[in-house]
Amino acid sequence: MLKQIEGSRAMAEAIGLCRPEVICAYPITPQTHIVEGLGEMARTGEIKNCEFINVESEFAALSVAIGASAAGARAYTATASQGLLYMAEAVYNASGLGLPIVMTLGNRAIGAPINIWNDHSDAMAVCDSGWMQLFAETNQEAADLHIQAFRLAEELSMPVMVCVDGFILTHAVEQVDIPEQADVDAYLPSYEPVQVLDPKDPISIGAMVGPDAFTEVRYLQHYKQTLALRLIPEYAADFKSRFGRDSGGLLRSYRADDAELIVVAMGSVNGTIKDTIDEMRADGLSVGLVTLVSFRPFPTEALREKLVRARNVVVIEKSLAVGMGGPLANNVDLALRNVAGAPQVHSVIAGLGGRPITRTSLHRVLRRALVQPWEGSHFLDLNEEIVAKELHYVRKVRRSGPTAENLLRRLGQAADEAAVKTAV
Amino acid sequence: MFQVRFHGRGGQGVVTAAELLSVAAFLEQRHAQAFPSFGSERMGAPVVSFCRIDDKEIRLREPILEPDALIVQDPTLFKAIDVCQGLKSTGYLLVNSSRSLSELHLDAIANRLPAGHVLTVPASELALKHIGRPLSNAALLGAFARLSGIVQLKSVAAAIREAFGEKIAEANVAAATAAYDAVAAASAAA
Amino acid sequence: MNEQTTTLDATQKLHFYQKGTFTVGNRLVSDERRAVQASTDRSNALTCGHRACQGCGEALGARYAMDAAMRATGGNVIAVNATGCLEVFTTPYPETSWQTPWLHSLFGNAAAVATGVAAAMRVKGRSEVRAIAQGGDGGTTDIGFGCLSGMFERNDDVLYICYDNEGYMNTGVQRSSATPPGARTATTPAMGPEPGNVFGTGKSVPKIAVAHGIPYVATATVADLHDLERKVMRAMGIHGARYLQIHVPCPLGWGSASHDTIRLARLAVECGLFPLFEAEHGVVTSSQKIRRRVPVDDYLKPQRRFAHLFSTEEGRERIGRLQGLADRNIAEYHLLEAEGDA
Repeated sequence: MLKQIEGSRAMAEAIGLCRPEVICAYPITPQTHIVEGLGEMARTGEIKNCEFINVESEFAALSVAIGASAAGARAYTATASQGLLYMAEAVYNASGLGLPIVMTLGNRAIGAPINIWNDHSDAMAVCDSGWMQLFAETNQEAADLHIQAFRLAEELSMPVMVCVDGFILTHAVEQVDIPEQADVDAYLPSYEPVQVLDPKDPISIGAMVGPDAFTEVRYLQHYKQTLALRLIPEYAADFKSRFGRDSGGLLRSYRADDAELIVVAMGSVNGTIKDTIDEMRADGLSVGLVTLVSFRPFPTEALREKLVRARNVVVIEKSLAVGMGGPLANNVDLALRNVAGAPQVHSVIAGLGGRPITRTSLHRVLRRALVQPWEGSHFLDLNEEIVAKELHYVRKVRRSGPTAENLLRRLGQAADEAAVKTAV
Repeated sequence: MFQVRFHGRGGQGVVTAAELLSVAAFLEQRHAQAFPSFGSERMGAPVVSFCRIDDKEIRLREPILEPDALIVQDPTLFKAIDVCQGLKSTGYLLVNSSRSLSELHLDAIANRLPAGHVLTVPASELALKHIGRPLSNAALLGAFARLSGIVQLKSVAAAIREAFGEKIAEANVAAATAAYDAVAAASAAA
Repeated sequence: MNEQTTTLDATQKLHFYQKGTFTVGNRLVSDERRAVQASTDRSNALTCGHRACQGCGEALGARYAMDAAMRATGGNVIAVNATGCLEVFTTPYPETSWQTPWLHSLFGNAAAVATGVAAAMRVKGRSEVRAIAQGGDGGTTDIGFGCLSGMFERNDDVLYICYDNEGYMNTGVQRSSATPPGARTATTPAMGPEPGNVFGTGKSVPKIAVAHGIPYVATATVADLHDLERKVMRAMGIHGARYLQIHVPCPLGWGSASHDTIRLARLAVECGLFPLFEAEHGVVTSSQKIRRRVPVDDYLKPQRRFAHLFSTEEGRERIGRLQGLADRNIAEYHLLEAEGDA
């Protein structure tokens, strides 16, 4: 049913259609509306046979989900940012135990400085934890990905994180087609655990594994994610045949087949990039886009196939590996490793801590990439004046101290000076 | 694409206003995207929300920098922030106030925009009368439907009925209709 | 038995790290290679053949507690285990000593994981299957405390058993918030102006559990296994959050003789340092009287962790303070017959 609906509510309804049996909720902005919606649906009986548990921390949220999943229940939770880091130990544990938990990540920056707005730092912090990570471009896709995620997770005994841009998607009201229960039931069979805690057939789960088998356990975990490279497109195709729309898959391309310059990005920014590309194409510029849905497993071959004919690739990402650069750009590099005549990869760090990524800025950086590509990371819309002042100070003073407060003081000074000028 | 920016103060319901407008457009089989200015502002702080309306899928995710219309819930905001920033020269401006544009010192802005595009409407008073509380959203949207013609009054009414229980919904619809009629009367007089 | 397995059983390969020995209790290997202890028909929740130290109080306590829980529920128990000695010595890969379904997740989340197990059983319509969480004092009173308190206040249907050996023994005997004052550990060495664990620190989690107002809280000791079993049976007869703290001497960590485990556990009760009591819904309902009161010296002396207290005048003074703590417990829980009757 087509609805004009808040993204979080749409996701809650889609998750409800997946018949979750245990939902663990702990509030953190911006995922809160999702679990609120689920709590309401569990109370009213809209979701039947479901335990909704208000826990005391994110660490407990995922831990309860671990216990429930190991005991055979379909388990779900959601988090963001600091919450994900607070549960980080359990994140690794859930994947190591092979539990098919689905978790929504309302992508948000990580402090300090504390920041509630969107970027992908949280997802990147645990991208190598053994969870699959799927990034939604729209709220329709966010809703649909959850339905696909449960099937994927349960088929592979491996948890899935559905990454949804905080606020930009979670708090946006737009139209979403919420599937019918019968169709979801047909697509997603009920959860039949392969291994389960049951007094009728007692097993021990989670025992210590020594050096004689740990490598093999990890190898097979890695191998399983490569199986997902086949299953993700298969489930997306099946989803399309049943629900009639493209959602999920490993990646999608937009006007990229003949493009000299290809942009690679994840999440909601792809819409703005598409609009920008249309305008650039209208100006006769050869630009295209590859939208990455699956970050883990990383679709190395599929991506190589899409990029290999371009001259330049610009990776626009909402994350920064401090001391290294853009982690997504680094991964894209991997797809082109050892390829003769491979395109040059250029990195753009954008939208950190919720800074809007505008068409104006995208035009500027992409047009520059066509004529004067750069090495290293380009920080979109960096306030160079304030940075220059701080850098000057850093060079002048041997030990300049922590950056965040220095910068805040400078911004305060600048505002003061501006106010004085206005007053004069 | 038609882009509307709402200005209000935390607690006045800018988010609901944008959402209601998006639902009204949706009910007319159009695409609409409503979203808040994301933040942790408390009650009374200046806040904004946004609504885009188009006949095709809306992919753009940037904040609305150059709105086609501004809806201002609280006229005291003009003193606090640059409300009209980026407003297109063909744009609309609707202000919740029982005072005139001159009294609000908005003549200069009104002169920059096409005739009949700038209006004050006593939305809070209409709300007090019909709803019993100064919740200006419904009246502002009713007035905006008449001012801009971007959505129909019956769609605004339907959106209100989707969002609220019957009694509150009907009171809000009455406020929206009264505001719609007030704008119609004002434009007929002009 | 084919030739290959004969060889394997006869001579084990040398490994340069600690690992399982394929000897006993193993239900991960084929039926014919399993030890008799591995039979699921046996009533032992925790089969012998595990790797606990000689004289381990925790192994004894866990076996009796889990056996009682199995008897109380007709074997319908799922156990969740925090990281720690109990987890490590019962499940060296690829072996397990557990007759119950058993899950180890992390150090600090056993209570929450058990909440999840209980929720799954409810939703699956199998409420007869009960969840038990267990951990050492580190996993309970320190790192797992947040999850424990959350499970308590939600009144989740979980029995949490803390095997209290008063320190982080698995990692090499460090101080926990259950380590008694004066005790020497690797992180509270018997050095400096205040040797051993600092007086005025630590906390009583049984008391904190009582403050949550949960249906049942009790303390028990491996010196009185009948009492321990009775308390487990009682706990399993109640739904909601329940807490049992069992005092389990650790020969390694306490520097005591393996054959003294039961004696020390008894002396801890008899001197008053480890009071045995039960509480329901926030109120202490009973305590076990001390039949033969002993001075704390009798309990402290056989333990090397307290040896430094006996060599100096200041140490004697600290023993006096420990006696004061014991006296306070005796008064608070009415541990002497005469006082209790009065």
